[in-house]
Formats: sequence, C-alpha cells, structure tokens
Amino acid sequence: MNKDKAEKSMINKWAENFRKFEAGLNGESKSEFHKSRQNAFKIFSKLGFPSIKNEEWKYTNLAKFHKHEFVHASEIEEVKYKKEDIEKYLFKGFDHHLLVFVNGKYSEKLSCVGETENNVFIGSLCDLLKEKPELLDNVYKGENNTSAITALNNAFTQDGAAIIVPDNKVIEKPVQVLYLNGTQNEKVHITPYNLIIAGKNSGVKILTSYNSTFENVYFTNAVTNINADENAHVDYYKIQNENENAFHVHQVNIEQQKSSNVSSYSLSFGSQLARNEIIATLNDEDIDCNLFGLYLGKDNQHIDNHTMIDHANPNCRSNELYKGILDDNAHGVFSGKVLVRQDAQKTDAYQSNKTILLSDTASIDTKPQLEIFADDVKCSHGATIGHLDEEAMFYLKTRGIPTELANSMLIRGFVDDVVQTIKIEELKDQINHIIFDHLHKIEI
Amino acid sequence: MLKIKDLRASIEEKQILKGINLEIKKGEVHAIMGPNGSGKSTLSNILAGHEAYEVTGGTVEFEGKDLLELEADERAREGIFLAFQYPVEIPGVNNATFLRTSLNEIRKHNGEPELSGKEFLDLIKVKMVEIGLPENLIQRSVNQGFSGGEKKRNEIFQMSVLNPKLALLDETDSGLDIDALKIVADGVNKFKNDDNAVLLVTHYQRLLNYIVPDFVHVLYQGKIIKTGGKELAYELEEKGYDWIINDFKEVESV
Repeated sequence: MNKDKAEKSMINKWAENFRKFEAGLNGESKSEFHKSRQNAFKIFSKLGFPSIKNEEWKYTNLAKFHKHEFVHASEIEEVKYKKEDIEKYLFKGFDHHLLVFVNGKYSEKLSCVGETENNVFIGSLCDLLKEKPELLDNVYKGENNTSAITALNNAFTQDGAAIIVPDNKVIEKPVQVLYLNGTQNEKVHITPYNLIIAGKNSGVKILTSYNSTFENVYFTNAVTNINADENAHVDYYKIQNENENAFHVHQVNIEQQKSSNVSSYSLSFGSQLARNEIIATLNDEDIDCNLFGLYLGKDNQHIDNHTMIDHANPNCRSNELYKGILDDNAHGVFSGKVLVRQDAQKTDAYQSNKTILLSDTASIDTKPQLEIFADDVKCSHGATIGHLDEEAMFYLKTRGIPTELANSMLIRGFVDDVVQTIKIEELKDQINHIIFDHLHKIEI
Repeated sequence: MLKIKDLRASIEEKQILKGINLEIKKGEVHAIMGPNGSGKSTLSNILAGHEAYEVTGGTVEFEGKDLLELEADERAREGIFLAFQYPVEIPGVNNATFLRTSLNEIRKHNGEPELSGKEFLDLIKVKMVEIGLPENLIQRSVNQGFSGGEKKRNEIFQMSVLNPKLALLDETDSGLDIDALKIVADGVNKFKNDDNAVLLVTHYQRLLNYIVPDFVHVLYQGKIIKTGGKELAYELEEKGYDWIINDFKEVESV
C-alpha cells in the first residue's frame, strides 16, 4: 500500500513537470506532434519506472535517482557558451560537421554545418519539423514506448540531432554531435530525441559525445533512432562522458534493411548511473550489425549495458564485443541478448563480453544470452571476468618497468581490440587518452 | 656477481628447490641442465622475481645486494634480465615504445640520461641487424602474432639493447630450428664480455655447441647434483642423465 502510494506520488511529480512543460509550449501544444507526446506520457504513467523486480532492471536500482527532483530543460535559463568554451570537448584532427546541443536544445551559434547537397539534412529536430516535416512522415511515430524511461523521453521530446541522408548519397565528413549537459544550480532533465535516417546506398558516420560542464546532478534521458535502408552504411559512435553525479539513460533503436551495415561504438566513461541500451532489428537479408563497447568505471559508478540483436531473417551477420575495466567500487552490468528466429537460417552471430576488475570491491553482473530457433546457424557467445594477466605483468616487470606503468600497458593491451575497430583513425589516440584520464592511470 | 646459498623455494606448498648453491662471477657462462621437472625454470624465475614462488630458505646476493628483497622490476633495473621460454604477447603496446620505456627506466636508475626517440632508433637499428630481427617487428605489438622463433629472437634483441649484467636464458633454444639457434647463439656471444655473466637453462646440449659454457651444473629434484666443465655437457649428450642420477642416489643412500 505504502509502496503504491510512493509510486503514485512519484508519477504525480513527473505529471506536474509534464503540465509545466506543456504550458511552455504555447501554440505548439495543439499540434499532431504534441498528441504523440501526450500519448507517450500516458504510457509512462501506466508503466511507471522499472524496479529491480523487472528482469531487465534486476541489477540496476533507480533508488538513488528517485531521491532527486528534476526540472525539465525547457524550464530553466539557457546556459551560455562561447565557441572557445566548447573547444576542449571536441574530437579533433579530422574535418567534420558540428551540431551542438545545450541541455538538449540546439545551438545554431555553436554549431557549424558545412555545405551539403539538396535533401541532405544535418541539423536539429525542431528545424526539421519546421522545414521538412514530410521527411519525418514515415519515421517519427512517437512510439518507442516499450519502456517507461523511453516513453518519458518521448513525452518531453523537444529537440535533438536530425541527420537525413537521401538515397545514393555518402556524407564523407563525420557529423560530430556535442551535447553539453548540466547547469550550475538546477537538476535538469534533458531529453534529446535523435534521428538518423540513411537512404538506400547511402553512407554516414556520426560521432556523438555527452559531456558535462558542471558537477551538479542532472538526468540525460535520450533516445536515438537509426534507420539504415537498403545497402546503407552507418557508423555510430557514442562517447558518454557525463559527470559522475549525472544519471544517463539512453536507448538506441537500430532498424536495418537489406544488405545494410551498421556499426555502433558505445564508449561509456561517465555518470553516477549509466544505462546504455541498444536494440537492433535486422529486417531483411544480408545485413551486418556490429556492436562494440567499452565501459570504464571507478569510484561508485554504475554502468549498465543492455543490448538486443534481433535476427529475424536469413543470411545476416552480427558481431558484438563489449569490454570493461572496473576499479574501486564500480559496478558493471552487461546483458546482451541475441535472438535468432526460426526463419533466420545461415545466421552468423558472435558475442563476447570481457571485464577486468582492478579492485576487490569492483563487480560485474554479466548475462550473455543466445536464443536460437533456427537450425543452420553459426553462433557463439561468452563472458569472462578477471584481473590483469599476472604472467604479462611479470614479463613487463622483468624489463624494469614499474608496476604502475606496467598496469597501464596491460590496460592498453586489454582495450586494444575494441579501440582498433574504430574507423576514424584520429579518434583512436583521443579515446586512449580519455581511458587513462578517466582511470587516473599513467597514459601510454 | 651472484651468490646463491642453500636456496629453497616452493610453489603452492610444493617444494621445488631444495638447497641450491651456486656462485657466478663476472665474465662467466654457466649452464644449468637437467631432466624435465628438476626445477631449472623455477630457478631462473625466482632469480628474476616471480611472485608465484615462495622462497622458504637461503640467500641470494647480487652485486653485494640482497636480491630477494627486491621486486622483479627493481631487479631488472639492477641489471638482471630473464629471456623467457614463452614470451608473453601484449597487444596494443608497440614493441619499440615498450623497449624504449624499459631502457629508459634502467638508464634513469643508473643515473644516465634518457634516450630520445631518435637516439633510441639509432641504437636499435644496429642491434636488429645483428639479431636478424625483421624491421617491421619493432613497430608491431609486443610479440603479438610473432612466430616462435621471432619471439625468441625478440628476447635476445631486448637483451642486447638493455645490456644487463646478468642474463638468465630460460630454454631459449627450445622450439628453434638450427638456423634460428645459430642466430640466437650468435647474439648471446656478441653480448658476452668480461663484465657480464650468462646463466643458461637448457634441457639439451645442442645450444652449448654454439655458446660454450665455463661451468655445467646438473639439477635434479631441486638440487645441483654435479658440476663440471663444458665436457660434462658432451658426456650428458652421450650418456643421458641416468648415470649421474644413479651416482647421486647411491651417495644419498649411504
């Protein structure tokens, strides 16, 4: 009874936030788009936040999250940045288009999109709705509402990155999307809704990074939809580098059509609690789906990676490799499901999760799951948990290399196969730098 | 240079070394031979500072210092080098970066200035030709994807660059064909001078055709049961170990 009451008051709190959000929308609240928001909020209210009784949230407890009262980003005063302020958050060394979002809202001033051809759209969801709403007709249905937190994003959807690549067009320069999150005083609720649509025979590389400019608590509640049409090639990088007080919950939905190739790189460093969820649906034949991940945790961080690859059709390949290093009291969760449906003959599916624990108090719950209903497939999965290799450590020390430096070399060695999958060459060293910086280890 | 007195050691409660006495002087080459399981590799691992072994008695003095007090990396900086029987692969760490780090740690310890990238490359180029190490291996990850022979050659290459006072070679000859064996032996001979010393651990005599030892010790059940000159190695090649072991058993039973 008491528990129900508590849950109800929690939902009421968010309902109050939603009313304020609606009030701030003025005329827009009459639009079709807003109806989908209202619908999403209804779904959220019905589902409620997941508890640890929910199998998918068994190892990720939101109790600490519920202690905070958040204010939606639309309610707060805009945080102002100059171009030079954002320099240090950018990945450098390669030409790119740049989209910058401040607490989820597009900043035209800070962004820099180079010339593109007709029908290519690189910008914000708001502008897309204004300028080319027809591009959205078949995409945004406001219905990624299978989970409460995703529904919450859909209810509060305001803006996000929108990248639309028409058929037969390859965008050479990577699109860098920078999210600057948090404020000095408010606990802000940030709701980016990102859309990546790659047409037939198209290609695009997207490099997103979530960063904090303050140390205050906030809640990033993001959703990204990636649609790769026939023979499209999409590389999606996500670097989650929020501050260690932040809550970060992000669902990525990948829909792939025939012969498309999508590679996702999820590199998770920051947050007090991070939940990176990826759902990939392989809708036709001859599809390649690659999910690579790194997670680096220290102090009391909690990092949860949830992935699901749905093989519904024959002759597709999926390859998943997630590696993590956890220090101090950090807690990791890996839940990777590969579903091979009855019709999905000749599927090749590989999944591997490896974690190194640097302390006695760091821990990981790992749950690799392979469900196969077809009989002619090649599948494998596995998970390992261990410490840095003692024989390798001895080898390095017999060469006069001190323990601290030897540790760094072995860390570099451990993450190497994931780092090497990164296709933007200039990014590798910068990722390497973040790894050592985050773990407070000597960089090598 | 090295004085081992009554060294006893165990791993997981199992006694492996049961009282080793051995003295190695500057300029000497010693060979430790013996059947499998006699404790040969244990000895070289303990001298290099492997933490899995527990020293249960005895002393080891190296250049007047208590070696057993030092960690593996400190021993290396003092001038001990172990060429591994099975060199470890370290993906993601470039061979050149690794060796330069190693050399500079040792140089720092000796109060010498660290080498710049350029100075280091000049130094290793000569050594690489000497050891016959293909040039591309130096830019690859440490030992990753190296053939067995390349790994051993890389060990000898590291030894010649780091220039230790005492080199411990653990079964460096195993798995090498005769050409590779000659190259490795040649590397050791070039390294050898009046100020350093070599301890070879080997199962077979054939390496000793190319690296001529001053002393040969036979290790059996954790003890040195016979010591002789290089001719002892030939004798072992001809007659095997049994005659020495039998002599030893007779002495023991008396």
